[in-house]
Parts: sequence; C-alpha cells; structure tokens
Amino acid sequence: MIPLGHYLILSGLMFVVGVVGVIVRRNSIVVLMCIELMLNAADLALVALSQAAGNLHGQVAAFFVIIVAAAGAAVGLAIIIAFFRTVRSVETSDAGELKG
Amino acid sequence: MSVSYSILWPVVFFPLLGALFAYLVGLKHKQLAGWIATGASGAALFYVAGLTLLLPHGRAFEQRLFEWLAVGDLQAALTLRFDALGAVMSLVVAGVGTLIHLYAIGYMAGDPAAGRFFAYLNLFLAAMLLLVSAANLPVLFIGWEGVALCSYLLIGFWFKKEEFAGAANKAFIVNRIGDACFLLGIFLLYLNFGTLDFSELRLLIERHPELSALYGWVGICLFIGASGKSAQIPLFVWLPDAMAAPTPVSALIHAATMVTAGVYMMVRLNYLYALAPLAMLVVLVVAVLTAFLAATIALAQDDIKKVLAYSTISQLGFMFMAAAAGAYWVAVFHIITHAFFKACLFLSAGSVMHCGGHEQNMRKMGGLWRKMPLTAMSFAVAGLSLAGMAPLAGYYSKHACFLALQSGAFETWGRLAELALLLAWLTAFVTALYIARAFSLIFLGPAQGNLTAHEPPWKMNGAVLTLAVLSVFSGYFLALPHALQHYLRPLFSGPYFNFDPGGVLEALFVHSWPGLLGVLVGLSLYLKAPWLIERIKERFPFTARLFRGKYYVDEIYALLIVRPLERLSVGLWRFVDQGLIDGTVNGGARLVDALALVVSRVQSGQVRHYALFVFSAAVLLAAFYMVF
Repeated sequence: MIPLGHYLILSGLMFVVGVVGVIVRRNSIVVLMCIELMLNAADLALVALSQAAGNLHGQVAAFFVIIVAAAGAAVGLAIIIAFFRTVRSVETSDAGELKG
Repeated sequence: MSVSYSILWPVVFFPLLGALFAYLVGLKHKQLAGWIATGASGAALFYVAGLTLLLPHGRAFEQRLFEWLAVGDLQAALTLRFDALGAVMSLVVAGVGTLIHLYAIGYMAGDPAAGRFFAYLNLFLAAMLLLVSAANLPVLFIGWEGVALCSYLLIGFWFKKEEFAGAANKAFIVNRIGDACFLLGIFLLYLNFGTLDFSELRLLIERHPELSALYGWVGICLFIGASGKSAQIPLFVWLPDAMAAPTPVSALIHAATMVTAGVYMMVRLNYLYALAPLAMLVVLVVAVLTAFLAATIALAQDDIKKVLAYSTISQLGFMFMAAAAGAYWVAVFHIITHAFFKACLFLSAGSVMHCGGHEQNMRKMGGLWRKMPLTAMSFAVAGLSLAGMAPLAGYYSKHACFLALQSGAFETWGRLAELALLLAWLTAFVTALYIARAFSLIFLGPAQGNLTAHEPPWKMNGAVLTLAVLSVFSGYFLALPHALQHYLRPLFSGPYFNFDPGGVLEALFVHSWPGLLGVLVGLSLYLKAPWLIERIKERFPFTARLFRGKYYVDEIYALLIVRPLERLSVGLWRFVDQGLIDGTVNGGARLVDALALVVSRVQSGQVRHYALFVFSAAVLLAAFYMVF
C-alpha cells in the first residue's frame, strides 16, 4: 500500500511541470499537452484522496475532469489548427493580435 | 352674447388642406400649386361669407372641437367662435388673401419653389383665420405664433441670400420678445380669473371694475406683444426688413394677416382696456409717436417697398390711436380700408418690380405711367385713399380716427389728447406727402433708368384692380351709420363712438385738408421744384439725415442690445463652453486615456504572460486562504 503522501507529491510535481511548461514553452501543442498534464495531476490527486476517504466522490469528479479534458483537447487542437491556417505558425509568441 | 352651435372648422381647415396639397402637387406641377392654394383660400372665403350671412345680429356661432390643453385647473379647449368681429376680420383676411393668392400665381410664375411658397401662403392664412376665430386666449396664441412662424418662413423664402435669412431671423426674434410679454399678460389673467375664455373673461372683468391696476398691467403686457406683431415702437424694426419677402407676401403681411393681429387682440379685449386708463394712455402715446416717426421715415426712403413698409407702421399707429380713444370699431374700420389700399399699393408696386426688371429703387424709375397705365391708376387711387382724400375709403376711416380722438380722448386726457390730435393731423399730411413723392418718382417725371416695363398678366392686374375698386368704394358704404358701427355694436359695452360720414362735398372740402394739402404740396414739389427739396435738405441736414437713417433705431439697438449680447455670447462660448465645460469633459477623457496607456502595457499579447498572471493570482489566492 503506497501512502497517500506519495500520490500527492507526484501529483504536485506533475502539476508544477505542467505550469512551468505552459509558461515557458512557446510551441502551442506543447502548451496544450502541459495543460493536459495539469488536469491529469488533478485527477491523480482526486483519485488518491477518494481512496483515502473511502468514498467515490473523488472518482466521479475525476471522470468529469477526464471528459472536460477530452473536450478541452478537441477545442484546443481546433484552435491551434485554425491559428496555424491563418498565421502559418504554432508559436504562441506569434499570437499578438490582441496586444493592448 | 348668446351663442349657437355651428360647424366652424372648415374656416381653418380649407387653407390648411390647401397648404398640404399645394406643397405635394407643387413638387411636380408648379403652376397648379398656385391654383390649388387660391382655390383653398377662395373656399374659406365662401364659407366665411356664408357664415356671415347666417349669423344673426348680436349673436355668435361656436364650435368646441376637442379638449386641447388640460393642465391642473387650466382647461383650454380648442374652441372656435364666430361673432361679428370674427366675421369682419375673417372676411377681410380671406378676401384680401384670396386676391393676393391670385396675384401671386402670376408673380411667382417660373419660381422653382412655387409649391413651397403657396403652401406657406395658405398656412399663413390658416393661422390668421384661427387667430381671429379663436374663442379663448390659448387658441388665439396658436394663431399668434402661427403667423409669426409663417412670416419667418416667407420672409426667408429666398433663404440663399444671407441678408434675407437674417431678416427672417430678425422678424422671428423681435416677435419672440413681444410674445414673452404677451404670455405674461395671459398668465396674469389666468392667475386672477382662472379662465381664458373671452366671453367668460368679459363677464368677470365687467363684474370687477375695481381691479383697474391689474388691468393696466395686463393691458400693457398684452400691448407689448401686440407691438411686436403690429410693428409699434419699440418693436417695429422687423417690419421694414420683412421686405426681403416676395412682394405678395409683403402685401399679405401688411394688409390681411399678421400686423392687424395686435389691433384685433386689443379690440377683442376691449372690455379689459376700457377699464385700464393707464394702458390706454401707453397705447395712445406709443401709437401717436409711431405713426408720426414712421411717416417721416417713409418720406426719405428710396426703396419703394421700404416706403410702403413704414407707411404700414404709421397706419397701424392710427388704428391703435382709434382703439386708445375707445372707438374700437373705428380701429377695425381702418384695418379694413387699410387692408384694401395697402394691398393694392403693394401689389401695384410688385407689378412695377415684376415687369420692370426687379428694380426697387424709386430714383431709377420714372415715367412709368405710359408703360403701365392700369398699374399707375391703381397705385394713384390707392395712394389717394391712403392719403385720406374724400370720398375714398381711407378718408372715412382716417376721419373717423380723428373724430374719435377728438371726442373720446379729450375728456380723458385733455391737453395731451390735443397734442396727439395735432401730431395725427401732421402725420396725415406727411402721409400724403410721401405717397405723392413715391407716385411722382415712380410713374411721373422723366424716365431715370432704362426700364423696359410692360403691363403684367391679367391674374395680377385683376387682383390689383379689384383692390383698387374696393379702396375707392368700401369706405363710404362701411361708414354708413347702419353698417359697420351698427354691426359691431353688441361687442362693446360702455360709451360708444357714433360716426356720421356726412355729405361727400363737405368731406371733400372741409375734412380732407391734410391729405389734399399733402398731395398737392408733394406733387408740386417733386415734379416742379426738386431744387427746393435740395435746399430744404441743405437747410436742415440733421433732420434729413435722421429721416433717411430711420432715426438710427437699428443702430441704437445694435449698440445697446445686439452687440453686448453678441459679446457676452462670444465670451460665454470661449470661456465657459469651450474652456470650462469642454475642458472638463476633454480633460476627463485625456486622463482616462493616459491611465489606460499605462495599464495597457499589461496586455502584451503573449499567452505565456497571461498564463503567468493567472497562476500567480491563483497562488496568491491560495496563500491568502491558507494564511487567513
């Protein structure tokens, strides 16, 4: 039986990797992957906490998150494709139209 | 006065409808618009004539159309009332108006905006007919403002000339000043009596003769309004400038509509003025001064229309004089005869201008009677009528004015009335002098310019000749004891001025001497001895300049009122409006703009930065909840 702390530490690490990836990386596909990573980190925490608490609430929430992640990935990829079609690039630094 | 129901709305409705159709049809068929407008005006005339025939002596027709103004206790319905005074006035308005419409068809032929012109003309007539058939002061005020609006529209009819547009503005603004006082008078009446209906007011006022001071103030306020409409001192300055309008409009303003409104109002409210000696005194003094000053100005003008304009101002003075002497029906009498001969004068002057290459300067005319004999004859007849020559129409009404002044005013004011009568006689002499001058400059003497004049078309000549005939014969028949004075008798209470026209021969040789003398002196001076006039001018250069410069009233107003106002406006515009108000608004905008420029740096356009903000905020929020 792996203690709860380990799960949470792993989840936290995954989340930090995701955050850093979103902030640091320019390739928008990688940014999208990092967002997915953050969602998965949250899933892991939810499932681990659910098991520790002895009920299924967290599991249900995790399912929701997976569904939302799937939808998010689909929309995100669509945005990236549309963006690529107009700008011919997937670099986030090229998306500066809304600059104030 | 007993009242019976009758259908009165067509009186106002015919010209109103005519205005609509004349405009719409005039968009395509210019010539047709004039006929439609003339037809509408003629229809109103026939309707009014029918009503007049049906009207029993001393009664009134009334029709309450609808509840119009109901605010608090004030209940003013749109009610029309048709009594003897209304009948006489609307007959003159519609009759002379129709003739002027007919004339205008010829005069405006070929003008690209004839439809608009005739629509305004009909609207003018509708407003005036509403004014004279109103049963209460608010409805009268609609007509009162209506004629002011129409005069503005028509004076500025050729609005592309800046001068004309300015004249229109002047007429409108000067009238507004009078109307403000007129409204004050109406408010005072309402405040004290709670009603504005003419017959109810009459009952209430005659029941309370002790409120003389109040009537004095109300009378003066209303008279200031009337002095705006009827061009008396100090608000007469707009009328000479109103000559910018096409000549038929001048005839309409001067003869049938607009300027008689003030006199009509005073006759309508005779029961109030009869109890207000203070107001009567003011009216008398203003009227006599206006009559005299305007006549002397007319003596020195070269523009044919300006002469006639000042002549109107002077004659309106006579009307107010008669009213101030308590002979209200004489004022109405002079309105009627003046309408005929002044319309005739204006229209024949219009014919001269229309057929003489739009020349208005009398000094460039001369000898025109050979080229336009009918016009010259009409002008001569109407001019003699204006001069007060027996047995023409103008003689009877003017003579009645003098007699009224003599009999009515002497008892009340003694010496002052003597002076007034003297000035009135002098004015009559000057009147004859200036019209003789105008006639000899235009029609007699050698031709000055090379005007190629000819007789105008029949539409114009027909109207002019009809008016000439009316200005010959109308006076005698109206002056008969059982005519006008008997007809209007039920409208007035208190002492009544009775006028006996007397025999024609006696009239010719005894009473028409100011006119006769003026005409003789004028003709002989201007035809035979022009050098004498030059000598007189050299002898009295100051007076000559004063007459010619119209007593510099416009200049004085400009100096005292217009220019200070202008300067104040410019100051307010520059400092308050542009400096303070615009400064505050623009300053606020600039401040926000500057702040926004700083804050908008955050919007770098880099998704990574936004993400960083989001995460930082989340971390801060989390930290916040952890600590507290």
